[in-house]
Amino acid sequence: MALLQAINPLLSAGWQRDGHEWRLENDSGWRLKDYEARGGYQSLKKILAAKMSPDDVIAEVKKSVLRGRGGAGFPTGLKWSFMPKGSPEKYIVCNTDEGEPGTFKDRDIQRFDPHAVIEGMIIAAHAVGAARGYNYIHGEIYELYQRFEEALDEARAAGYIGQNILGSGLSFELFAHQGWGAYICGEETGLLESIEGKKGQPRYKPPFPANVGLYGKPTTINNTETFASIPYILRDGGDAFLNLGKPNNGGTKLFSVSGHVNRPGNFEVPMGTPFPKLLEMAGGMRGGRKLKAVIPGGSSAPVLPADIIMDCTLDYDSIAKAGSMFGSGAVIVMDETVCMVQALERLSWFYYEESCGQCTPCREGTGWLHKVIQRIEHGHGRPEDLDLLNDVSNNIMGRTICALGDAAALPVLSFTKHFKSEFEYHIEHKKCLVPREIQKAGSIFHTRLMAGATC
Amino acid sequence: MLEFELDGKAMQVPDGTLVIEAAHQAGIYIPHFCYHKKLSIAANCRMCLVQVEKAPKPMPACATPVTNGMKVFTHSDLAVKAQKNVMEFLLINHPLDCPICDQGGECQLQDLAVGYGSSGSRYQEKKRVVSDKDLGPLVSTDMTRCINCTRCIRFTQEIAGLMELGQAFRGDRAEVMPFIEKTVDSELSGNIIDLCPVGALTSKPFRFSARTWELARRKSVSPHDGLGSNLIVQTQHNRVMRVLPLENEQINECWLSDKERFSYEGLNSQGDNGRLTKPMVKQGGQWQEVDWNVALDYAAHALRDVAKNHGAASIGALVSPHATLEEMALSAKLMRGIGSENIDFRLRQSDFSTDGKRQGAPWLGMKVAEISALDRVLVVGSFLRKDHPLIAQRLRQTAKKGTQVSLIHAADDDLLLKLFAKAIAAPSQLPTLLAEVVKAVAELKGAATDPALAKVEAGDTAKKIATSLVSGSNVGILLGNFAQQHPQAATLNALTQQLAGLLGAKFGFLGEAANSVGGYVAAAVPFAAGMNAAAMLATPRKVYLLLGAEPELDCADGALALAAMKQASSVIMLSPFKSQAALDYADVLLPVAPFSETSGTFVNTEGRVQSFYAVTKPSGEARPAWKVLRVLGNLLELDGFGYESSEQVRDEVLGGKPEFVSGLNNSLAGVAIELAAAAGVERIADVPIHFADALARRAPALQATADAVAPTARMSAAMLTKLGVTAGEQVKVGSGGMKCPEAGTAILVAKLDSGVPDSCVRIAAAHAATAGLGAMFATVTVERA
Repeated sequence: MALLQAINPLLSAGWQRDGHEWRLENDSGWRLKDYEARGGYQSLKKILAAKMSPDDVIAEVKKSVLRGRGGAGFPTGLKWSFMPKGSPEKYIVCNTDEGEPGTFKDRDIQRFDPHAVIEGMIIAAHAVGAARGYNYIHGEIYELYQRFEEALDEARAAGYIGQNILGSGLSFELFAHQGWGAYICGEETGLLESIEGKKGQPRYKPPFPANVGLYGKPTTINNTETFASIPYILRDGGDAFLNLGKPNNGGTKLFSVSGHVNRPGNFEVPMGTPFPKLLEMAGGMRGGRKLKAVIPGGSSAPVLPADIIMDCTLDYDSIAKAGSMFGSGAVIVMDETVCMVQALERLSWFYYEESCGQCTPCREGTGWLHKVIQRIEHGHGRPEDLDLLNDVSNNIMGRTICALGDAAALPVLSFTKHFKSEFEYHIEHKKCLVPREIQKAGSIFHTRLMAGATC
Repeated sequence: MLEFELDGKAMQVPDGTLVIEAAHQAGIYIPHFCYHKKLSIAANCRMCLVQVEKAPKPMPACATPVTNGMKVFTHSDLAVKAQKNVMEFLLINHPLDCPICDQGGECQLQDLAVGYGSSGSRYQEKKRVVSDKDLGPLVSTDMTRCINCTRCIRFTQEIAGLMELGQAFRGDRAEVMPFIEKTVDSELSGNIIDLCPVGALTSKPFRFSARTWELARRKSVSPHDGLGSNLIVQTQHNRVMRVLPLENEQINECWLSDKERFSYEGLNSQGDNGRLTKPMVKQGGQWQEVDWNVALDYAAHALRDVAKNHGAASIGALVSPHATLEEMALSAKLMRGIGSENIDFRLRQSDFSTDGKRQGAPWLGMKVAEISALDRVLVVGSFLRKDHPLIAQRLRQTAKKGTQVSLIHAADDDLLLKLFAKAIAAPSQLPTLLAEVVKAVAELKGAATDPALAKVEAGDTAKKIATSLVSGSNVGILLGNFAQQHPQAATLNALTQQLAGLLGAKFGFLGEAANSVGGYVAAAVPFAAGMNAAAMLATPRKVYLLLGAEPELDCADGALALAAMKQASSVIMLSPFKSQAALDYADVLLPVAPFSETSGTFVNTEGRVQSFYAVTKPSGEARPAWKVLRVLGNLLELDGFGYESSEQVRDEVLGGKPEFVSGLNNSLAGVAIELAAAAGVERIADVPIHFADALARRAPALQATADAVAPTARMSAAMLTKLGVTAGEQVKVGSGGMKCPEAGTAILVAKLDSGVPDSCVRIAAAHAATAGLGAMFATVTVERA
């Protein structure tokens, strides 16, 4: 099993690996024959055989209350229904740019179950009337881009992609497109620009991609996990999928757990699973240390202190109520050895580095935030800095073309809100509240180094 | 129409109006940097954030369309706070050293910082530094000041037609830059200086020479191509310091071509090729500076004596088509007063068979602004982008909206606009190509054709063009400079007239020079028995009166013109400029004012009368040419030279000051169509944009651009192979025609140009290096040097 653990696995049910080595050549079960053996492409065949209309497919997806797995959580069926009917040229795009720090679920879907994505995209193409599709795969997983190309060849040879699929009259061409590692290309319109061969920069919305998308044509963009969920929804029915989770939060979800846990990795659990359960599945806190904080939905989600997160269930509503975002399901766990100032410095550097430079507040503000936090971390903080950080963050929030501005501001606002005393201590005493030795003890890198590792 | 509320006031605007447009209509200013009405919406500066009722966040006014019932607050606390916050971000990395910035005093960022900035900065960190870029001789960069509004990038892509700038890198490392090792070579590049809201892009020739508030701003009109762009000429201490566009939606919109913007440098030129500032007379082969009365006496005597001894017909006048209406009219009146009909301003024209057959003065055939409304366009014989940069720009925009533009021409230059079809062939084949289109249209329309076209068979391209034209509802056919200079210009005109008749289309001429229409209106053309420009040179005259013209560069056959000048007993030259050639052949040099130092009128290609005043006093002892001609008329004791002002001259010519001149008509009567074939290697002569007139030729910055490279012999690969020459080698070009025995040879570098038809060689005219070659349209010999 590639997956570390799961409850009611759906997406990850077929993930297989031979042997213990985590090497790509040991992966099994991702090929077409394996996928078909576990019932793959049956949903597509069922739809085509029953001549299920696009509207019926969309209705089924709506019923499942599948919400976009990329982070925004927009209901997938609703998004599909926005596509204009009858326009001759439409596109469907899969977002496998998975750039959110802490997220690595799409990577494993591409690794172990690429045909689920392909089948999901074919069904989606039928539902929205698109004749062409692209899967945008980020540059850091080039081997999986190659694997996806192989899977595409298999699907094409088997007649699942191309003209007149399985004699149904449906035609659909699907292509893989390799990104080059820019975070901003995970923003859907930045991704479209990138496919078009331009610099990856988000477009101003409206118009939304459903009206003016790839090459100016109506386009539906969904996350990899969203597409991978589609065959299961059509196989078992929308209601069954919804019932796996909880109302308004259908299905199961892959969570990428990282940080100070004993077993970091991907876990598939039903929506609404209590957070402590996920933490337990991940082997609990490493070294038995105390949980300090969790970023529940990828690095742009506001951080939540231990006492708040431990009361949450893993679904959109509960996390939102707690003041954070469900996001992409990247759960970053931090124990008591973490200096929150240093953690924020690293996070703010990321957003500074990845801001596309297009609009003013983000281009100028992310650098400013990073410089001030860096100053605090390095003992040059000033008493007014916390107010400044707060102001700058608020001035970025909601003023930018895309959500990267918010993503850069939210960690700053939440870190300084929940861990204000640490920042104040830093400014006043020019050093960390968490002593260096304790910080080092919590660092995997440092522990390995102490144990004699060479890198 | 949409109804909405703006700052508490009810407003009605058409569907699709953006909030910022509606606000500006209502006289409410919304601060902005990246928004520009002629460019696509970028919404990246975020300066125009406004409050929209029910919207959770402030919205950019430049990208938010008005909707019914919307309530917008542009100056609410929320809006102003958002705007001030954006200003703070814009300023953190922007140098706050306005006193040493060239843009200081005319900087949008500086202006808005007064309203939205704070007196001190909360930003205490290091500022970003961006290395400067080399964009060429016209635009200077100070990239640290760039606020990444991308106006310049969008301009090159959308208006100029070629993305010569882009934004590289991310975040605050983002930089606007040209492609590696490239400069911005567009003929419209200077507009990015105006567009830049900060001091990142400034004028290289003007840079650090004056402050905007020290400059007087005066209106004027461009003396270059037939468009007649409106100018703001900025002067200081009686010197033209800079030229900017004066917005006129009907003509140049808010743009200027680089020639119009930077040619002013020629006004301040000095030396043997620079401004002529004192009257000069050649005595015993030596030039002497003399007083005006001496020079004028000399000129008057020369004219009177020759008229008396050899007949007035032995005097010829060549007037620059860039001269003012008043200057042209007085020259004509002077010539006719002394009894000569030999006057012409159509110096590069070679076919005059239409004289006497025209129904009126040839013109654009429509208003300039109407070009934008055409849905089918056929351009015949034009180096459109370089000859008419802003009309090309108009066609570029309309082509984007679906207008089908087709081209018949002898050179396949990239017009940077989407052409529907193009037929490229040797110059002598243009009439046949056009005839094919006429034939194809007639067939599609089921109409009879001229018997002269009986043998013409339409090829595929002609049929394609015809199909396009026939499908249009607002069709225009435009004859370019090349078609007007063509030896079969009359046939091209007549064919176009037939084509337009079949289609119910408008047709006209793209005026080559500022007064291409005005010359006809001023009667600076020979009537009845007079000699035209070509005849005056082919049958040399005893005396030439030159007004603003440099015949060796401005005439259809430079070698012939030079020979004619050299053999004349007297050449009386009224010119703002000296030149080595003129010092050689002229006998009297009378310094006259260029457009910036005289009042006058240009009648643009659409027939629009545009009068202007002098923006500075004449340089040295130069005088407005209309005054010089008036005095000359008085000295010759001619009637009707008692003018007190240039306006009086204009009013006499035009019968007042109409907005448009009357008597415009492109039709010909009784012109036979002749479709001839030529043998041998044909020359394709373009007039490079910055060599086209005396002023542009003297502007150093323009002469340093990529458009001003020395002429080469451009040939197709097949032609090069045939000659056994590789690109980069020198070839000897000889004049193959027998028209002008004086025509010599030129040694030029061979260059590969796949846009040149086989058996042709493209050699630019209007340049000293090629003037000796003779006629622009001729067969030439090309061999290895």
